[in-house]
Amino acid sequence: MRIGLFATCLGDTLFPEAVKSTAVLLARLGHDVVFPPGQTCCGQMHVNTGYQREPVPLVRNFAEQFGDASIDAVVMPSGSCAGSVRHQHEIVAERYGDAALRAGVATVKAKTYELSEFLVDVLEVTQVGAYFPHRVTYHPTCHSLRMLRVGEKPLKLLRAVDSIDLVELPEADSCCGFGGTFAIKNAETSTAMLQDKMRNIATTGADVCTAGDSSCLMHIGGGLSRIAAGTRTLHLAQILSSTRTSPYVPTEAVR
Amino acid sequence: MSSTFLGMPATPPRSPYGTGNLRGDRTFPEAAHDELRNEQLRRNLGRATHTIRAKRLNVTGELPDWEELRDAGSALKTDTMNRLPELLEQLERKVTERGGTVHWARDGVEANEIVTRLVKATGSSEVIKVKSMATQEIGLNEHLESVGITPCETDLAELIVQLAHDKPSHILVPAIHRNRDEIRQIFLKEIPGIDPGLDNVPAHLAAAARAYLRDKFMTTKVAISGANFGIAETGTLCVVESEGNGRMCLTLPDTLITVMGIEKVLPRYQDLEVFLQLLPRSSTGERMNPYTSMWTGVTPDDGPQDFHLVLLDNGRTAALADRIGREALNCIRCSACLNVCPVYERAGGHAYGSTYPGPIGAVLTPQLAGMHAAKDDPNSSLPYASSLCGACFDACPVKIDIPSLLVELRHQHTEESGTTVEKLAMKAAAGVMKRPKLYTAAQKGAAIGRVMAGRDGKISHLPPPFDGWSDSRDIAAPPKQTFRSWLASAEGAATMRAAANEHEKNQKNQKKEEEK
Ligand code: SF4
Repeated sequence: MRIGLFATCLGDTLFPEAVKSTAVLLARLGHDVVFPPGQTCCGQMHVNTGYQREPVPLVRNFAEQFGDASIDAVVMPSGSCAGSVRHQHEIVAERYGDAALRAGVATVKAKTYELSEFLVDVLEVTQVGAYFPHRVTYHPTCHSLRMLRVGEKPLKLLRAVDSIDLVELPEADSCCGFGGTFAIKNAETSTAMLQDKMRNIATTGADVCTAGDSSCLMHIGGGLSRIAAGTRTLHLAQILSSTRTSPYVPTEAVR
Repeated sequence: MSSTFLGMPATPPRSPYGTGNLRGDRTFPEAAHDELRNEQLRRNLGRATHTIRAKRLNVTGELPDWEELRDAGSALKTDTMNRLPELLEQLERKVTERGGTVHWARDGVEANEIVTRLVKATGSSEVIKVKSMATQEIGLNEHLESVGITPCETDLAELIVQLAHDKPSHILVPAIHRNRDEIRQIFLKEIPGIDPGLDNVPAHLAAAARAYLRDKFMTTKVAISGANFGIAETGTLCVVESEGNGRMCLTLPDTLITVMGIEKVLPRYQDLEVFLQLLPRSSTGERMNPYTSMWTGVTPDDGPQDFHLVLLDNGRTAALADRIGREALNCIRCSACLNVCPVYERAGGHAYGSTYPGPIGAVLTPQLAGMHAAKDDPNSSLPYASSLCGACFDACPVKIDIPSLLVELRHQHTEESGTTVEKLAMKAAAGVMKRPKLYTAAQKGAAIGRVMAGRDGKISHLPPPFDGWSDSRDIAAPPKQTFRSWLASAEGAATMRAAANEHEKNQKNQKKEEEK
């Protein structure tokens, strides 16, 4: 399959390891990974903060970059960006776009996937040949859980990982408190939510807390780093791309 | 014949500024700042919301057709809103036919005046009240007191709130922020003639309230209620409750005045079948609520002989005029969305500054009362009081897509706000991001953020407005290389080639296995 990889602006700029892992994983599964170089940002932050005119060019750019029929699927290591493409681009195009934009949005929307749903639903694999000998707990991010309904898919993938010690996270489906600009505009409420999430993570004794979105992990990981907790965060793709021959090696500072 | 162009119809009026209880005196983050420090409140709220969540999931999970019921509820409400004028007129006709009197109140001020006039006409200077959000919304109690009429709340939790000179913090459990020691103190201080030896055993507290209320039921001639549903087809009003105190009010007095928001109308009697399943299961987590009272106009020699229905707009028509926002009018006030909301759970109901707190409050309040009625209107902070986690949407028995409504109201807010620093920043960001060349240059610029990091590669302090972030979270220094520059590098190309080779190797091995 010819897969258009959307790095997401956050992944491209701040969390490249998660995107590298996604690219490597898809190539290792035998797919042709292409990276349209004109790609930038899906505009999610704009829409979620109340701005719908400003992201019109971003929505258009996304549709242009990935609209080409030679790209069979658009895959991204982020539930919230996939949610944005699938649910919000339409809203923006309906309101401030033209017919061409609306058509372009509909085309890309239909082939856009978050990583775990692409693996399980489209490629129909759960065993991706990963090896990860660590204690791991999984936090389902709200957008993957309730907007995309990925459900058990990430857990199916994790359960198939060789040597993993997967432990259930109590109150897993509670929001971690990130919410984009919510973490800035309502920093104190966000922090109160984060504290409860970290308390639940601590009870698992996990070395790693994983999720399918670098943004939530940035928030959870930032909190864990501040309190010098023994758990670090790691994108799901980084676990799935780790193998016996090239196991995961930590490089990032904030864990 | 000449014709006059009347222009586009103006937006219907919202609840008048400075009246009622649909606006706090400070923004959500400011109010939450104090509430978050109230440990007692957070403990009570955490315990109460978790218990009720579990109960709700039990009783909604046991129904095989729960999702169909939600769909039916949503469809019925949507249909109702689509033909609200016609249904309201039908309701008026039916109530009148059955001996009731219908009054139309454009806003809370008018409703308060109507109710006051009706109470005064009875000669009573006291009224008993059934728990009602509509009367709370318009500040009816405050208004009655100002004209010398004493209202007495009869719902136990509302009574506690009233005696404490407090405001409710939850739609369904108004005193959720109080524990029993506090309640004992309030009773000792406020109930005349109470046994000074009263302890904090819940049954004893309830008995004390009961004795106090019995006396009120027996002596008060006028009752005021809200309504959960009003049936257009028959003119029947319906109140759903747990304690039976509502029924006392609805049956014992001579005069009954019901204040009902116009969105509470339902087309047919049969529609109750759906809502009487959805409501109790979603709100208290019970299969059926203990008391469902229904009455139609006046029944000779049975119950109140003088019945008035006050139909309240107070910004509802304005909400109805909004193609997207109107969905909030479908709400049946079950409070399920509050109980699952992680923001409500931490900040509590008072932080919303309105009769309607939680997720539904964040989308209903700004629509009823507006969010740009004054400079820095606190209501404009409400649509931002959410992480958009979507738990409310999943819980809502009538499937109101609250996250989408929040995003819509945020958009309306930015559209109304003119040029702000934030808007300029958003424009600038989009301006960069739409040009890949500028974007890659900016990414390089972001790498300069590395200078802010300490030797451990962490950034622990950020300037405003990001200091709220760095108060509790570190952030990693931007990596030396972006993904795209890695991919374009020799290392990136080699890594991708190796991954593809690995696939080929695996395939070959697999083939060999198969040949064997
Ligand atoms: S919005 Fe839905 S869940 Fe919230 S109170 Fe209204 S009906 Fe209940």
